[in-house]
Order: sequence, then C-alpha cells, then structure tokens
Amino acid sequence: MSDPAIVVIGAGQAGGWAARTLRDEGFEGGIVVIGEEPYPPYERPPLSKEVLLGKEPAESSYLWPEGSFDELGIALRTGVGATAIDRAAKTVALSDGGSIAYDKLLIATGGRVRKLPIEGAELDGVHYLRGIDDSAAIRADLGEGARLLVVGGGWIGLEVAAAARMLGAGVAVVEALDMLCARALTPDMAAYLLDVHRDRGIDVRLGATIEALTGDGRVTGARLSGGETLPATAVVIGIGIVPNVELAEAAGLDVDNGIRVDALCRTSDPDIFAAGDVTNHPNDLLGRNIRLESWENAQNQGIAAAKAMLGGETPYCEIPWFWSDQYDVNIQLVGLPADVEETVIRGERADGSFVEFYMKGGRIDGAAAINNPRDIRFAKRLMQARKTVDPAALADPSVKLQTLLRG
Amino acid sequence: MSDIEFHAVAKTADLDDGEAIQVIVGKKEIAVYNLEGEYYATDDICTHAYASLADGYIEGDSIECPLHGGCFSIKTGKALTPPVTDDIKVYEVKIDGEDILVGVPG
Repeated sequence: MSDPAIVVIGAGQAGGWAARTLRDEGFEGGIVVIGEEPYPPYERPPLSKEVLLGKEPAESSYLWPEGSFDELGIALRTGVGATAIDRAAKTVALSDGGSIAYDKLLIATGGRVRKLPIEGAELDGVHYLRGIDDSAAIRADLGEGARLLVVGGGWIGLEVAAAARMLGAGVAVVEALDMLCARALTPDMAAYLLDVHRDRGIDVRLGATIEALTGDGRVTGARLSGGETLPATAVVIGIGIVPNVELAEAAGLDVDNGIRVDALCRTSDPDIFAAGDVTNHPNDLLGRNIRLESWENAQNQGIAAAKAMLGGETPYCEIPWFWSDQYDVNIQLVGLPADVEETVIRGERADGSFVEFYMKGGRIDGAAAINNPRDIRFAKRLMQARKTVDPAALADPSVKLQTLLRG
Repeated sequence: MSDIEFHAVAKTADLDDGEAIQVIVGKKEIAVYNLEGEYYATDDICTHAYASLADGYIEGDSIECPLHGGCFSIKTGKALTPPVTDDIKVYEVKIDGEDILVGVPG
C-alpha cells in the first residue's frame, strides 16, 4: 500500500491554502494540486489594484514564493485541467490525457467570469478580469490617451475604473441598475461611492445598458440602449462570476448554486470535499446557506476543508467579510445583513471616514465602513459574541468600541 | 553587530491599554503597543500587504492587521494566522519617566 493521496483540483486561493494546511497539519501522504493557469497559487485582489497599477509585479500576488510547494513535497501541476471525476475508480482525468488516483479529493475550482452576450464582445481590446494574464492585458491597454469603458458598477469594475483613472486614462462606467454595488451596499453608501468616482472624473452612467460594442477588429466604442455612443480604446466587462460546478455536476455530486457541502466541507460523496467560491455551504451564524465570492472565504474554507479531510471536526462558520480599495478609499463590509431595522452611522461622511452599522433585534447584523477598518473588526467581534448593543453608543465616536465588547 | 540606539517615540499618556500607535524612527515605521501597562514595539507594516498594524485590532497578545486579518504576536513578532506567514521584527522598549523609548539598530 502506498501512502494515501489527496488531490486538489484548483490551484487558487482555496486550493493553495488547503494544500499547505494539509502539510502544516502533519499529513505525510502525497498531495497533488492541479491548476489550469501556468502560475503557482496566487491571490486575485491585487490584480485589480496594485498589480494593475504597476506598483507591484504579478509575482507579488503569489501566496508563497515559487518553489514553496516543492519544499513542502506538494506536487503542483499547472497548465492542466481536470476533465472528469470517476468516483467509483477514485480517479481524476486530466486535460493532458493522464489521470490521477485519489483517496480524498478537494474540489476548489472557483469561478469564471460571466460573459456579456452582446455584439462586439469579441473585439480586440475587450477584456474581462479574473487572472494574472487578464490584468496584464488590461494594463497594456491603459497607455497614453486611453479611454476605458467599464461595463458593470460592481467591485471589479470600480476597482479597475479607479486604477485606470489613477494611470491617467479617461474612464466611463456603465451600470444597468440605478446604484453601484447594489448587491452589497445600502443606497446611502452606494451614493457615497458614486461621489468618490465622479469627484475623480469618472463618467458614471447608472440605469444604462450597452447595446453593442463597436469597432472594426478593435473596439472603438459602445452604443448605449438610448442610442448614445461612448468612445473607448478599451473595454473591461465586470458583471460577476459563474461557479465552476460542471465537473462536480457531471460526477453526480449535489449541486445547487454551487457544490453543496456541509459545515465540514463535505460534498455528497464522503471522499470528496469542496472549498472556496464554488461551494454552497451552511452558515449557522447567519442561519442560512450561502455561496461567497470572497478572498477570505476562499482562504479560510480551504484551510477548514484540509483539516476536515484529515478528520478534524470543527465546523467552518465565519461571519463574511469583504474589502475593496479604490483610490485612497478602503471599503470594508462585514456580515450579509438582511431585513435591517435600523442603520446607525458612526463618524462623518464629510471626513471621509465613517461606519454604517445595520441593526436587527438590538444586535449588529452587519456593517460597512469607509476608511475605518478597525471598527469593522470590532463589529465582527460584537456580531460573533452576539452582543446586544446600544445604538446611541455605536453612533458616538467618543465611545470606544472595545468598551462595548467588554460590557 | 550594530549597536541598539534608543529613541523617545511617544509619551506613555498617549497610549491607553489595548491601543497601538505608529511611530517613525529614522525611515522605519514601528508600531508601539500598550498591553495592560506593558509596552511593546514591532515593525508596523504587515508582511502580507501594505498596511499599518497600529491601525489594527489588538486581542490578547496579538495584533490583527486591519486590511486582511492576518495576526502577529506582539511580543515575539511571530506570524500567527493566515494570510501572514512571514514574521515581523520586534524591538526593545524602555520607559524613562513619561517617555516610551524604542531601541533600533543604529
């Protein structure tokens, strides 16, 4: 008998952290990580920020220096995809024609960009942003005289818009809904963010849709549904991601808005686990199932899955947390507030640093902050502790939040 | 081995229990902490991304980075939780009257 082998499909944030955690936790068997991209595991957030701005090289996004997996005895197979899972034989078929046997399997296939099905989407100069190569291609199109059109006023679109503006490009953002980041922000917070972008010279069009991208070979503009034409030397489309569930679905695993897993990251097959953007998982703190497209979930669920694969019994359950950086504005969100009864504001919008706390039943159900990451940490702790808090104290900047945590 | 030089960086009254501040010594950004009346100093910049740990969240003996939540031991500089895996430096601290002094290699 050879040592047990664990195969990880997906070399992103979730797969990378899972593999490393298996070793950190003392697993001595074989570990194979399969990744379609030609890079070691890396984190995606810098690709729309520091890396796109050229402040950091793409390598700075690697989770660990190249060669780290070699040192840990982890076989990293890049440039190859998994094409099928044979659950009876316990093998994974690969795009290069090979196959790998597993004792336990982790699916961390993440997501892919949602494509915009419009005329002209195939023109040169039209980009999506998911990987290192995308970031480099966008950056190459942001030279002197660039006019960037961003389709989608969500996090990716706004971060790219901010980076492009900082690089000197003219930028327009077209968003179909009547507010930015509508899935995540309150109307007040979205309005603040709208001002942030407009104040810096971004032409933001809300409630507008693109009918077609125009150009001959290379994109030169877009036609809005009202008939207006916007010129553009490049386009970035950021309208969300689609979870990569096909492999799991074809293998007969439970799939429903992501691969269904339990709090120990187990799929409907006891030898197959899943982690990251691709999972639909229970969250007892929220009292419902969720699928998260987030850096933190990818990292921490990857770690949790690795521990569970080795027999750990600690359920994965965290209060979701997100961040974005646009210009000098750091935005952080905690929780997935629903049915908010009252919004308490701490700090002054005019100062460029404030927090919105979303209250339900006397407790904080979520919070969003502009340039105030520390208060978000306190909010998260108060939520975890299920503390009842006095809204007047939250609203009073002279009351230190740590005193509420102690009280 | 270079000598350690002590620099007055803040007053004890500037720093309540459970708080941190950023100070600059030469070109170095250093975080100074008050843990129940004991003072500590570490590198201020997180080893994962550019963030000031002094803006972070202190829990027990650890500082949590305000940007992405990585934790370091304030007393040893050891990287404790993901995403951080590289440690930060710690510096010797002395108290002289009301002054907090941080020792950095000269």
